[in-house]
Amino acid sequence: MAQSRSNKAFLLGYRLYILAFFVFLAAPLVAAGSFAFNDSLFPSLPWQGFTLDWFFNDTEPKLGMFHDRRLLRGLYYSAIIGVMVSALSVFVGTTNAFLFVRGNFPAKNFFYIIMILPLVIPGVILGISILVMASNIANGIEDRFNYEIDFLRPGIVLVVLGQFSFVTTITSLVITARLKKFDYTMEEAALNLGASRIQVLRTVTLPFLRPAMIAAGIVAFLVSFENFNTTLFLVGSESPLTITMFDRMAKVGSTPVLNAVSFFLIVGSGLLALISVVVQRNAPSD
Amino acid sequence: MQSDIKRLSLILLFAPFALWIFLLIALPHIGMVILSLREKVAPRVYEFGFGNYIDFIQEPIYWNTLLRTGSMSILVTFLALLIGFPIAYYIAKIAGNRSKGALFLLCLIPLWVSDLIRAFGWILLLRETGVASSFLLWTGAINEPIEFLYNDVTVVVGLVYTVILFMIVPLVSTLDGMDDAMVEAGYNLGGSGFTVLRRIIIPYAMPGIVSGCIVVFMLTAGSYLTPILLGGKNSSWFTEQIYDQFITRFNWESGAAFGFLLLAFTSLVVWLGLKLTGQTLANTVAKS
Amino acid sequence: MTVTDTPDLECTAVCKDFGQVRAVDNVSFQIPKGSFFSILGPSGCGKTTLMRMIAGFEDPSSGDIEIKGKSVLNTPPNKRNVKMVFQHLALFPMMNVYENIAYGLRCVGTDKATIDQKVKDVLERIALPDVGNREVHQLSGGQKQRIAIARCMVLDPDVLLLDEPLGALDLKLREAMKIELKLLQHQFNTTFIYITHDQSEALVMSDHVAIMNEGRFEQIGRPEELYHAPKTAFVAGFVGDSNRWSGKVSAVEGGKAKVTTDAGLQMLCQKRDGSDLSAGQSVNIYVRPEFIAAKRADTGAAGDLNAIRGKVDSVLFNGANSRVLVRGPSGELIEADVVVTGSDSDLRAGDDVALSWSDQQTMCFAT
Repeated sequence: MAQSRSNKAFLLGYRLYILAFFVFLAAPLVAAGSFAFNDSLFPSLPWQGFTLDWFFNDTEPKLGMFHDRRLLRGLYYSAIIGVMVSALSVFVGTTNAFLFVRGNFPAKNFFYIIMILPLVIPGVILGISILVMASNIANGIEDRFNYEIDFLRPGIVLVVLGQFSFVTTITSLVITARLKKFDYTMEEAALNLGASRIQVLRTVTLPFLRPAMIAAGIVAFLVSFENFNTTLFLVGSESPLTITMFDRMAKVGSTPVLNAVSFFLIVGSGLLALISVVVQRNAPSD
Repeated sequence: MQSDIKRLSLILLFAPFALWIFLLIALPHIGMVILSLREKVAPRVYEFGFGNYIDFIQEPIYWNTLLRTGSMSILVTFLALLIGFPIAYYIAKIAGNRSKGALFLLCLIPLWVSDLIRAFGWILLLRETGVASSFLLWTGAINEPIEFLYNDVTVVVGLVYTVILFMIVPLVSTLDGMDDAMVEAGYNLGGSGFTVLRRIIIPYAMPGIVSGCIVVFMLTAGSYLTPILLGGKNSSWFTEQIYDQFITRFNWESGAAFGFLLLAFTSLVVWLGLKLTGQTLANTVAKS
Repeated sequence: MTVTDTPDLECTAVCKDFGQVRAVDNVSFQIPKGSFFSILGPSGCGKTTLMRMIAGFEDPSSGDIEIKGKSVLNTPPNKRNVKMVFQHLALFPMMNVYENIAYGLRCVGTDKATIDQKVKDVLERIALPDVGNREVHQLSGGQKQRIAIARCMVLDPDVLLLDEPLGALDLKLREAMKIELKLLQHQFNTTFIYITHDQSEALVMSDHVAIMNEGRFEQIGRPEELYHAPKTAFVAGFVGDSNRWSGKVSAVEGGKAKVTTDAGLQMLCQKRDGSDLSAGQSVNIYVRPEFIAAKRADTGAAGDLNAIRGKVDSVLFNGANSRVLVRGPSGELIEADVVVTGSDSDLRAGDDVALSWSDQQTMCFAT
């Protein structure tokens, strides 16, 4: 294609725009992360020297991230919630994939749209609706049978349920996309070679789905970990990291320990996201 | 016998889906609507009524906030589309194969970092003692530190930042599927860059555009952290009102009404948007 | 073949309906042990449906399918001893060659030592002894073919079904694979049932061929029989090339029929189908190009042959398979085989020619 001068100028301008965009994208993350290494009591300029204290120091006033008990507890709860949400949503995501790719039932398109809905409902609404329902049930049972059901009160179980309600849509979409690419004659070939239906599932179909299931699990974990809006209404006394950090930030003059946490989360999420992409790219498709 | 097994497995497959949707989506939302229709007549006495909704209409702060949230969300959506489309097009069409993967990954990473951290980063950059202000002071462009936060422009910028990747990712998927030959044919038949964009690329990408806009609009309207952290007391975002009713005032009935209103309002805007552009929910969001 | 030998596969009056459409219509046949049997027919004739019924992926609407004398109608597809090579091979991409071949053995719980031995044996038989550790995507098209067959043969099936396996290969490879498949079938001495729409595959490799059209078997026989003695007009037209005329019988004498074509030409022909020809009946006439002699018009033609005069329209040079297209008196194009020697005596476009052929090679069928 003949490159005229205006074409070149346009392309250059375009590339600068892309560059500017990625700088814009990175700016807040760099800001949040880099102040973690600033040897100062406040996350702001001037730069007072490089330090790792905000990660590892164990004395006040410079309490490092890995010694801050509340932050660590938040990290712990976030991880547990993330694993539970991930496991549940990958399971239901897989059954949904089989349901919509293989099943034949009336109003399939209608149900498919219903499956997508939780993704577009604002997280706040998901949170309050589940809170209301759980409270109603818990109150009703308490009033009638005088029996206190703990897990229906704000706490980890409710947080898991609240996040699960929309993360499942994400995992369903990821796994469905992969299942659609599956060549059904491979199942017939396996049957023809003598495998029982369960063996076919175990040795042919699920191994094919595995990369998508792993990627979906990682995505589910990340989305759960960083969630705030839905979690806000469902937390009890054991709060995940995002809520803990938010409480800290609301107090004026928080230390750069929050920056340390930010840096840790940025790098961690980045690594997990990278793994999920690599796993999907190396998936054998043939 | 085989058809019995098929029917059983269909029921087994449908069960998790049904339980999930019914118990976690359908019932709670119905419960929320029912709760919103309860009025407090006397301490611990409730009866059916539209009181909560009437309160909403009568109090200008409430519906003002809702309208403000809606209109700013539309603005944010539009900006996200405008800024994001060229990026998506570059990644899908112009970047070489290697850089394409890397660029797409670079887009994904900020997506997984929490809203909280991103808002935190913006605060560090834009507040009075933040990086931007300090930099301008240092270059001598200004004499006193400037507070960039706590105004509408910052909130819009912050919101666009938060949601733009949700616009870019579906657009990249859609544009990726477009055959390069279509664009080349457009040029070959005499079109200019602008004509090709208007008549070939955009109509083809329309499902992706609408899908992105719907997701971005709902995300923006339902956003909580970014408006209140970057906007401070002046933010007046509707989700803040909902939080207020539920957590601060413990007026769950009112909160439920507000929740329902937010849902209805955003659904209405989405429905209008779908009608105007002639798409349906099935061939946009569901396709991704 | 003695009467006491049970055929490996026998279908009796098998029918399959999909709603109103009858895909397979009253098909009956027997395949003796260790033979190479092809089912040849155009796309949509029902051959794939028939094969899927034999494998067990579809149930016949009526009729019986017996393998080695026992009905398999109630046996599910994973319990039948009929193994299938799928059209796109369906090799498992997440397993290597060894694991693909070992799959069937693993499913029935064979111990590792036996599996190792059997896989080694079958890999040697298909002449690929060292590929056990390779991944599927590292194999060539021909190699994948052989691995797909090995994967089935390692289970000692009674019958091997092959569903148009050569379609994805290029021409030279296809030609080589035809010979290979024939040799493999002899090697394993298993009954092969081969489904195809390509007649050269069917004719070259098979002991017997069934021509299938619109759900029915038109004729079953050895390849030479189908070629030289077709029983229906469809078979005559489908197998090999032929020139075609329609006409009416003017007289029948001594086993031969005198036919006047619609264009007014007179021909003498042998009747080929079982029907009784009588004067006034409408018939179709088929003559193969290799039996038509084309000579320059100035040389005389023998008396008792069918003869037509015409002008050469074009010469299609194809090495040993060269043909000349002649425009006959009523404007139709007739194909005749010629040998192009490159000398001046070759026919050229525009030459007047006399075409002649024997009535023995003139096949006619009632319409």
